[in-house]
Amino acid sequence: MQRTRMPSLIQVEHLVKRYSGRRVPGSREVMSALNDVSFSLAPGRTLALVGESGSGKSTLALCLAGLERPTSGRIWFGGRDIVALDEKELRTVRPQIQLVFQDPVSSLNPRFTALEILREPLIVQQSGGRRETTERALAMLESVGLSREMAGRGPGEFSGGQRQRLAIARALSLAPKLVILDEALSALDCSVQAQIANLLLDLQSSFALTYLFITHDLAMAAHLGDEIAVMDRGRVVEQGVPEKIFHTPEQEATRRLVAAIPGSSVTPRLPRAL
Amino acid sequence: MEPILEVRNLSVSYFSHMGVASSAITDVSFDVRPGEILGMLGESGSGKSTLAASLLRLLPANGKIQQGSILFEGRDILQAELRELESLRGKRIALINQEPSAALHPTMRIGDQVGEVLAAHEYLSKRARRERIQQALSAVFPAETERISFSYPHQLSGGQRQRVLIAQAIACGPSLVVADEPTASLDPTTQREVLSVFQTLRQKFGLAIILITHNPSLLVGLADRVLILYAGRVAEIGPTESVLLTPMHPYTGALLRCLPPLPCNADEFNRKTMLPVISGDAPNSALLPQGCRFEPRCPDRFEACGKREPAAVSPNEGHTVCCFKFGG
Repeated sequence: MQRTRMPSLIQVEHLVKRYSGRRVPGSREVMSALNDVSFSLAPGRTLALVGESGSGKSTLALCLAGLERPTSGRIWFGGRDIVALDEKELRTVRPQIQLVFQDPVSSLNPRFTALEILREPLIVQQSGGRRETTERALAMLESVGLSREMAGRGPGEFSGGQRQRLAIARALSLAPKLVILDEALSALDCSVQAQIANLLLDLQSSFALTYLFITHDLAMAAHLGDEIAVMDRGRVVEQGVPEKIFHTPEQEATRRLVAAIPGSSVTPRLPRAL
Repeated sequence: MEPILEVRNLSVSYFSHMGVASSAITDVSFDVRPGEILGMLGESGSGKSTLAASLLRLLPANGKIQQGSILFEGRDILQAELRELESLRGKRIALINQEPSAALHPTMRIGDQVGEVLAAHEYLSKRARRERIQQALSAVFPAETERISFSYPHQLSGGQRQRVLIAQAIACGPSLVVADEPTASLDPTTQREVLSVFQTLRQKFGLAIILITHNPSLLVGLADRVLILYAGRVAEIGPTESVLLTPMHPYTGALLRCLPPLPCNADEFNRKTMLPVISGDAPNSALLPQGCRFEPRCPDRFEACGKREPAAVSPNEGHTVCCFKFGG
C-alpha cells in the first residue's frame, strides 16, 4: 500500500459496488452504484460529500460502515482492509465507524426510553455492567446538550432537533473514530440546523472525531467541511477546499451544484446561503 | 389589482380528545393578488400547513376555525356549503402536497391520474379529455409529454412526480395554487427545476401561487412577497427583497443569520466557526406566552413585549411587521 503524505484514518481505493437487477429476476441487468471511488480522510478532519440524488453517496456510506459489501476495491481503516474481513472480524471494526441518518424518527426505537436507546450499543458490545453503562449513557446525553432528567422520555417526547441530538449521542456512545452523517441536518428547520451544526463542531473538537458529512446542501458542506468531494454517477469527480469548489469548479457536475444554490444567480454576492 | 384571496383575522385551534384547545394560528391576515407568488415561511409548528388546509376547509376533524374570514374571488369560503366548496377545491384553488409518491396512485398511468381530476369537475368527451390531459402535461413536460402520460409513478424520478402533481393541480385551470413544501424531498438541482415550472406557469397562465416552505433561500428570486409565520402569528409580511435583505422583525433577522455563510468573499469566509443561533425553543402551542410570542427568545425585547401582543404596523410601504420596535 502506498503511503500518503498525511497518515489517513480511512483510505478508499477503487471502490466499486454493483447491484444486479432485482426488477427482473434472473436478468443480467446490472446497476453500478459506485464506479471506482477513491479518496482518503485524515483524522480529525471533515470531508463533505455532495452530489445529486442517485449519485451514490448513501451507497458509499453503507459500504464504509460495513453494512453493504463492495463488489471490489479496498477500504483501509486502522491498518486493515475492511473489505476483506469476515463477519466476525468486521464486528470489531463496526463500533469505530458510526452512522447518523436523516430521519431520527425512523432510526430511534419508539418503545425505548432515551436511556435504553443510549445503553443498547454498550450492551451489544458488552462494555461494562448495568451501573457503568447507565452512567456512560447519561454522560453522553449531557454532552449532546440534553439534560439527565430527559433520560426516561421516549423519542416521541422530544422535538425534532432533540431527537437528532439523541441519534448523535447514540452514534458516539461507543467512542467511534469515524462518524458518517448521512443527510443528518436535512430534515431540520434552519434554526435547528444551525444548533446541530454547532454541536457537531463542538463534539469534533472535544472527542477528536472525523466526519464524513453527506449532504446536498452545498452551503452547509462548505461551512462544516475541510474539503468537499463532489459525486456524480458513482464517481468522485472533484475534490478540494470549499473556496475552490465555489470559485473554480472544474467539472460540469460541480458547476451544476453551485448554480443550483437557490438565488445564487439572482444575487451572486449574497454573504449567506440565502 | 383586486386581490383574489383575502384572509382576515383567521384563528384556528385544535382540540384534544379531552376537549383542551391549543391554538395553531392566531389572527392571521393577508392578501394574494392575481398572478402573484406569495412565499410563506415558517418553521415546523408555526402553522403553515394548518393555514394551507384552512384555505380549502380541509382541516382534520379536531381542527376548528375559531374566527376570521376567507374571501376567495369574492366568495366567503367559511360560509360556503359543501357542494360549493367541492366545486372550488381542485378547480379554482388547487393544493399540492409535500410527498409526491404518497399522492399518486401506484398502479394507474400518469395520464389517467390527471384525467381523474378533470372528470371530477367537468363533463368532457373522451377526446376532449385526452386533449386537456395533453395540455396539462405539456405545460410541465414540454419535451416528453407522450412518454410521461403512459408511465407509471414508479418509472418517474422524484422531480418528475412532483411535476405530475403540478399538472394535476393546473388541469382544471385554477386561479390559485397552494403548494405546501413542494420541493422538500428533492435535491437542489431538481428543486430548481420544479420551482422554475412554477415561475413559467405564473407567467403563462397568470396563476397566483402560495408557496409554503421552511427554507428562506428558495424564495429569493421567485416570490414577489414573503410572509413570515412564527408560532401561528404573522411576524412580518412584505416584498421579498426587503423582508429577506432588510428584515424588520427580530425573529426574521435571527432566522436568516442561522444560515451558513457562503465562501463567496474568500477573505471573509471562516469555515468551521459557530453559527449564531436563536436561543431557546419555539413555544408550545398549548402554553403560549402572554405578550409577543417571540419575546422569550428575542434579543431586542423590552418591558412592553411581555405584556401584550404587538399589533401590525407598516413603517414602509407594503412592509408590515408585528413588533413594538416599530410601534405595534
